[in-house]
Amino acid sequence: MSNVKLPIYLDYSATTPMDERVAEKMCEYLTIEGQFGNPASRSHEFGWKAEAAVELARKQVADLINADPREIIWTSGATESNNLAIKGAAHFYKKKGNHLITVKTEHKAVLDTTRQLEREGFEVTYLEPEDTGLIDLEKLKAAIRDDTILISVMHVNNEIGVIQDIATIGELCREKGIIFHVDAAQSAGKVKIDLSELKVDLMSFSGHKVYGPKGIGVLYVQRKPRIRLEAQMHGGGHERGLRSGTLATHQIVGMGEACRIAKEEMATENERIRMLRDRLYNGLNDMEEVYLNGDMEQRIAGNLNISFNFVEGESLIMALRDLAVSSGSACTSASLEPSYVLRALGRNDELAHSSIRFSLGRYTTIEEVDYTIELVKKAVTKLRELSPLWDMYKAGVDINSVEWVAH
Amino acid sequence: MAYSEKVLDHYENPRNVGVIDEDNNVGTGMVGAPACGDVMKLQIKVSDNGIIEDAKFKTYGCGSAIASSSLVTEWVKGKTLDEAAEIKNTHIAEELALPPVKIHCSVLAEDAIAAAITNYKEKNQ
Ligand SMILES: Cc1ncc(COP(=O)(O)O)c(C=O)c1O
Repeated sequence: MSNVKLPIYLDYSATTPMDERVAEKMCEYLTIEGQFGNPASRSHEFGWKAEAAVELARKQVADLINADPREIIWTSGATESNNLAIKGAAHFYKKKGNHLITVKTEHKAVLDTTRQLEREGFEVTYLEPEDTGLIDLEKLKAAIRDDTILISVMHVNNEIGVIQDIATIGELCREKGIIFHVDAAQSAGKVKIDLSELKVDLMSFSGHKVYGPKGIGVLYVQRKPRIRLEAQMHGGGHERGLRSGTLATHQIVGMGEACRIAKEEMATENERIRMLRDRLYNGLNDMEEVYLNGDMEQRIAGNLNISFNFVEGESLIMALRDLAVSSGSACTSASLEPSYVLRALGRNDELAHSSIRFSLGRYTTIEEVDYTIELVKKAVTKLRELSPLWDMYKAGVDINSVEWVAH
Repeated sequence: MAYSEKVLDHYENPRNVGVIDEDNNVGTGMVGAPACGDVMKLQIKVSDNGIIEDAKFKTYGCGSAIASSSLVTEWVKGKTLDEAAEIKNTHIAEELALPPVKIHCSVLAEDAIAAAITNYKEKNQ
């Protein structure tokens, strides 16, 4: 339990540190010594060089997902990409229909966008996932109506890391003539994405989830068949009129470089991270009453989301101050709301509250994993010794049969 | 969330954790509900001359809930039942410097004292 630096970062799904190589590249595009020009300046070399850098980055992103560089639109992040994709398509195709379908476990950047469209008069169906977190294709089929214009399903869930079958959903959408949007913020660089094969029309990406900078993202907009969008940001007509605003060369270069590295190192990196994640899971799973949230097979390598029964979530987070992890309980924000994702999987409040998301990444070490196992075990054991619920469980009392006096 | 020194101290070193074997001179109170995120169990052992001579707790809940119950086990010891019933949630909240969102933890601790006293009195009518 020695030489690990505390706190240990196990929150790679929230954001990743930038790769050193990315940071170095970005620094070349900022100062008078570097290529600081406006990529839209057509009349001098400063502009041309910046434009060349932007186009190289566009190709690097396209290469990671096997797309055409002309299908890449720069945005400020996956939130903006989701907004542009969903609002842009809904507005453009509203004469065709008024109905959208998405899933209850989507990121807020999708759910709040469809809520806004509901206020504008669109109708939205929110599918309930199975208790694995995966969606049942038959239920999706049943939700499709004659006036359905768009289906939005995330590739990888940010809380539980489960991977949806976007290949099959894409076939279904194409067959029905429905636009298919995928939020791929959590899958890029972790799961192979081949857009020459996948029937996906719109796909959102984020720089800071792939060891690139924050504040940059991409929307993939398919060319064949061509998908039209109504712009959400108006101005100088950048990015084929879909997203105006001077391009942030350094951010773009950073995201390009991050995608280049991801493409090259993804396979070996995934293997290493999966080994660490499995070690963490095996280390914790020999305690009693530990529950995995979400499917184990259809899951990215770096995610482990588990609940510790009979331990309250906030006290657990308090005991784990040396770990940077996410909790399924939002008590700290003064609302006692458990994670809506875990609730959608049918987890009860107690288990949802005591869930911890460990997300491992490029810089996670085996020493950190071993330290984490010890720390979590100690904390859970201590809190269970304090817990009257644990005593009751041990005495064979069914906690659900007790009449609690709620306050 | 930032915790006060006193909450951290009780959380790290909770006083009087445990279970007292049920008997006629023991009062047990259990309040709260798992779905609400906290359950407190407080036990008091009352001597023949009506003084609380021992107190133990077990709590499922956040750090502030654990601290509140730990604190009241210290406070009730040596008191008569009437004196213990005087302990109010405001005293607990003040002592632990609980923020507004955690006031319910101190309320629960007050409820736990009341429940333990009631249970003792029921047994010794
Ligand atoms: C699935 C998903 N979609 C969208 C976002 C938002 O991305 P960004 O921070 O780039 O706006 C995130 C990150 O929090 C995410 O995990």
